[in-house]
Amino acid sequence: MTDIPAPRHIPDRLDKPLRSAIFSWEALLVVVAVAIFAINSFASPYFLDPYSLSDLTFNFTEKGLIAFAMALLIISGEIDLSVAAIIALASTMMGMAVQAGAGTPALVAIGIVVGLGCGAFNGLLVTRLGLPSIVVTIGTMSLFRGIAFIILGDQAYKGYPSSFAFFGQGYVWWVVSFELVLFLIAAIVYWFLLHRTSFGRRVFAIGNNPIAAQFSGVRVGRTKFILFCLTGLMSGIASVLITSRLGSTRPSIAQGYELEVITMVVLGGVSILGGAGSILGVVLAAFIMGLVTFGLGLLNVPGIVMSIFIGLLLIIVIALPIVWRRLRGGR
Amino acid sequence: MIWGACTLPLVGRVGEAVLRSKTGETGWGGDISTHQDLDMLDNPHPAHDVRDPPHKGEGEAAPRLTLSGISKSFPGVRALHDVSLSLYPGQVTALIGENGAGKSTLVKIMTGIYQPDGGTISIDGQAITLPSAHAAFGHGVTAIHQETVLFDDLSVAENIFLGHAPRTRFGTIDWRTMRKNAREVLDTMHAGHIDADARLKDLGIANKHLVAVARAMSIDAQIVIMDEPTAALSMKEIEELFLLIEFLKSDGKAILFISHKFDEIYRIADRYTVFRDGEMVGEGLIRDAGQSQIVRLMVGRAVDHIFPQRKAEIGAPVLSVSGLSHPTEFNDIGFELHKGEILGFYGLVGAGRSEVMQAISGITRTSAGTITLEGKTLAPKSAADSIDAGIVYVPEERGKQGVVIGLPIFQNVSLPSLKRTSKSGLLRLSEEFDLARSYTERLDLRASSLSQDVGTLSGGNQQKIVIAKWLATSPKVIILDEPTKGIDIGSKAAVHGFMAELVAQGLSVIMVSSELPEILGMSDRVVVMREGLVAAVYDNKGLDAETLVRTAAGIVA
Repeated sequence: MTDIPAPRHIPDRLDKPLRSAIFSWEALLVVVAVAIFAINSFASPYFLDPYSLSDLTFNFTEKGLIAFAMALLIISGEIDLSVAAIIALASTMMGMAVQAGAGTPALVAIGIVVGLGCGAFNGLLVTRLGLPSIVVTIGTMSLFRGIAFIILGDQAYKGYPSSFAFFGQGYVWWVVSFELVLFLIAAIVYWFLLHRTSFGRRVFAIGNNPIAAQFSGVRVGRTKFILFCLTGLMSGIASVLITSRLGSTRPSIAQGYELEVITMVVLGGVSILGGAGSILGVVLAAFIMGLVTFGLGLLNVPGIVMSIFIGLLLIIVIALPIVWRRLRGGR
Repeated sequence: MIWGACTLPLVGRVGEAVLRSKTGETGWGGDISTHQDLDMLDNPHPAHDVRDPPHKGEGEAAPRLTLSGISKSFPGVRALHDVSLSLYPGQVTALIGENGAGKSTLVKIMTGIYQPDGGTISIDGQAITLPSAHAAFGHGVTAIHQETVLFDDLSVAENIFLGHAPRTRFGTIDWRTMRKNAREVLDTMHAGHIDADARLKDLGIANKHLVAVARAMSIDAQIVIMDEPTAALSMKEIEELFLLIEFLKSDGKAILFISHKFDEIYRIADRYTVFRDGEMVGEGLIRDAGQSQIVRLMVGRAVDHIFPQRKAEIGAPVLSVSGLSHPTEFNDIGFELHKGEILGFYGLVGAGRSEVMQAISGITRTSAGTITLEGKTLAPKSAADSIDAGIVYVPEERGKQGVVIGLPIFQNVSLPSLKRTSKSGLLRLSEEFDLARSYTERLDLRASSLSQDVGTLSGGNQQKIVIAKWLATSPKVIILDEPTKGIDIGSKAAVHGFMAELVAQGLSVIMVSSELPEILGMSDRVVVMREGLVAAVYDNKGLDAETLVRTAAGIVA
């Protein structure tokens, strides 16, 4: 329909990069983040303190790590609702290992391997049996956390070695925590993976049209399996961090995190329908979520109100682009 | 200019209104609107209308539905500009135009899915608006699409009466009456063979069309839009559909018939309206218009579709297939493809041609058989394996299997070639742009930039992307499945010319096609398939269409 009379030479692109950057979703997120930052610093005198800001980062680093892998998974058209349950199971396994006298390196390895294993299990069910990921991961969400409950009951594992505390409580330099550094490194790695590699390109292709991608020689099943493994791996790493930060494991650990992770991803501009999104958006969304929950915390807003807020935010960010498109589409 | 645009439709409407009141054919509202229209032209004596006795005849009935001055734009695209269209009771009007001419947009406006930016829609002379699909339904406008949009898991009766099911005293659905009414409707349209209780998904496409028509009958729809209804039908089913259209005509329905096939248009239509680039460029009675005249209107120039002349230089066998079998779709398929050859695959829909091709290109698995490419046995486990070996499959369903809508042009073209355009997994954009440019420019793609989303391109240009992306892998064998299905004449000729170029360069081509002229005009040899088997292989010298059709249908000569 947009046939333009025969330009023999077709240019690479028409938009000036700067112009499209100014009108992007990411630019809007920056504005929102700055606004919330400003509101927070007016609302509470304690906010603009370096130690206070450092505490703030703990609100999003663990979830943000998972959100990077989740972003790729959602872009490919799949989803993983079991991430919080993977954290619980991995943490429980680490707790059992502590009882058996495992040292810090072994604990870290167990956390990561259990996470990876859970992700691979999800991936196998989805790609080999062809089941919808939302159903599979609702199932494994109950399964993984159920195992944690059976093992722990109303008990809690404690007694983690003191060297283990570094991952969730340690600082690399001044107020810069180990978690924040890990978050930033992961952001760069995932940005590179999604936007600069052929693997990332294939993820976008699968999310937009899995059949055409398969016909084009993309190994759709294998790619999705890798994405589930990555999501499990990141959940395992997050489990190590949370367990280290709390110094204990209860079966209800990280309850409800999956919702916050998905909210972060969608707020970051990743299409819940798949096929579009950016890591920069997810990083900004992680900051915004951290700012909001921390700000509300400083104002002594109770947790239940915060979860109402997260729920509303999730609905709004999913609805907004759809409503926006409908208004512009002239329907 | 502005005057011309405004007054012409108005004059037209007044003229028609007068005609209508003369013939007195239409029912309610006719006279009132006549007076209004005449008043608008300051005619103080509406009573001057002389009422002639009604006489029947094609040209003289008033239009049932009139669209005038309809415009519609989307961001960056002018889809329709000041178009008009009239549908007459008891007549079939063919809407003709190349892909991207604005036919689908018009259908969506008529069915209340899109709102026009300007213009008027009137039914029986009364201006109406169609703010929703429901409103269009209420005004008796129904559409039957290429792939019918009905509900697979509901019964035939439920589909017919969805939304206006008969109710019992208690407000619940009166199933007994619904079934009875459904059977009556089906019987009146000579479709009594359809079981009203059957699930829709158990019906073939032809019968689904019948159910859609029955639905139109059940609401007493006066305006029936058929958007390429024959695209997925066999010859026999098309003939049955035409009988049904004749029945609808005799019942006084106004029918809009959209098709790319001229033989169908000449067979069934009474009138034609031609669109080009979103504008109405001509209309009239089909019996007054020659085929070449309509084609000229469509493309804005005379196009004699001549297949490219080429001297085939056929070399050694490149691909040989033997004993290839699939549990359900095909059995014991064997053939050879030579270097520089175009091998046509002809057969009826469902003969298993696409399935064989998808097996050769690694998309579906086989249960037995061997594929040999240049002496090396190939057992592809995925499309990636076949592409690496040098066999590519350009699929039939452009939108579903071909292009990735949502990704820009250059990323679509580079997708199967990512291994070559990237270096140890890292993308190299300049390589991708170069690759995309060299192939899209060879195919004369019309696009504003290589970063444009393929979804914004017309069907013909999307097909060019589809061919370009697989060609960019520099294959040895290219399999084209219905390469010109549903694209306009201009693009067709471009695709055919390009195929000739490819084989001249030493590539080998397999062309699956259901269009006889294409098979006869392009192939060196023709494989005919029937019910999952190779029925015959012909040398295309003195081969005639009849032989092919008979072999494909299994009629012994």
